[in-house]
Amino acid sequence: MISAAFDYHRPGTLGEAIGLLTEHDGTAVVIAGGHSLIPMMKLRMATPEHLVDIQDIAELSGIAVSSDMIEIGATVTQSDLIASDELFSVCPILRETSLQTADPQIRNLGTIGGNVANGDPGNDMPAIMQLLDADYILQGTGGTRTVKARTFYEAAFFTAREEGEILTSIRIPTPPFGHGHSYQKQKRKVGDYATAAAGVILTRSAGTCTSASVALTNVADTPLWAEAAAKALLGSDLGAEAIGEAVDAARAITEPASDGRGPADYRTHVAGIMVQRAIQTAISRVA
Amino acid sequence: MSKTQVNMTVNGNAVSALAEPRTLLIHFLREEMNLTGAHIGCETSHCGACTVDLNGKSVKSCTVFVGQAQGAEITTIEGIAQEDGTLHPVQEAFREHHGLQCGFCTPGMITRAWRLLQENPKPTEEEIRYGISGNLCRCTGYQNIVTAIQAAAADLSIKEAAE
Repeated sequence: MISAAFDYHRPGTLGEAIGLLTEHDGTAVVIAGGHSLIPMMKLRMATPEHLVDIQDIAELSGIAVSSDMIEIGATVTQSDLIASDELFSVCPILRETSLQTADPQIRNLGTIGGNVANGDPGNDMPAIMQLLDADYILQGTGGTRTVKARTFYEAAFFTAREEGEILTSIRIPTPPFGHGHSYQKQKRKVGDYATAAAGVILTRSAGTCTSASVALTNVADTPLWAEAAAKALLGSDLGAEAIGEAVDAARAITEPASDGRGPADYRTHVAGIMVQRAIQTAISRVA
Repeated sequence: MSKTQVNMTVNGNAVSALAEPRTLLIHFLREEMNLTGAHIGCETSHCGACTVDLNGKSVKSCTVFVGQAQGAEITTIEGIAQEDGTLHPVQEAFREHHGLQCGFCTPGMITRAWRLLQENPKPTEEEIRYGISGNLCRCTGYQNIVTAIQAAAADLSIKEAAE
């Protein structure tokens, strides 16, 4: 389990990092925590000739929270994210999701940027970013651009990020105060990817659902933003009938693989259960 | 792709050695530093037998390239007992409460438990089980490991109160 040989670079600034990616165009890969990349390199499914380690780039490691925007730097680890009470107070689904991802050691190194940029349909954060309508900030030699999480994922491990670009941060519109949230993940064991998982946030006013968003993990080649499921909730009384419609709408867009986590039909069934539980839990938490 | 100089602090000692960039931290520790306490179990970041402490956090050293640990402070199982050989309370508790059978997972398990009790000195049973969820044991069924960590937490808290 030894990877192919490579040259290791540890730039101190974003400009240097982008310069290295440009200089070694097509043969250089960014490494942050490395907990997706290193296993792929050991299997020789990834054989970069240059690794550009971004851990020393200070501007990528911050969390900033304001009343209308949350910005999370790419190298913020899952553990950093869990530890941030400020983040938890405005957007608790992030901590809830991280706590269901991998295990303590892996969360100490695995970063939010790597989790969302890698394009692995098993990762949990991409669906959460679609749920929250996050923007990804990408920087390359051509400058900075923004891509919505909802359009970033093209297929398994294929994203809108160009090879010479670095995902530098994630911007999330701060969810409304008093919203209900839940991320429900069915997995075989600690550290496993989801058999199926679902995230929900919603708000309610005078008994009526005033906003809702639903997203699914690991039941297709990409994370899925379940727009029709959210529409089934919006304007409803969040009763059994509306929940049933949302579950059906979410199930209808799944296209899971049949693999060690179960046959496709089963995983679609589990996705429905996860959506139902996530909606019910979110309702129980709404102000 | 030649070897590069790697510097870090391991168990309080500054160390320096030449290593290929693709060397994993676990191989560096075991083969260059002759610290064979941390084990290579699955080598796929599942089992936690290779757990060491990197800058105050538990990590799986099979999934860290040596360059990533350049300049880091590393603690391995060899650095946990006192220099005169007196066992740390976590080690003592594992011995006392039969927190091991074959012993293969034990270096990783103790290194993790040692850090866990610094992060959370009075964990509940659930917090202990969650805290060691990245370490697999195929012998004990975990019960005696959890008991040992509970006992170590109590022992450490008595020692702290006495100081």
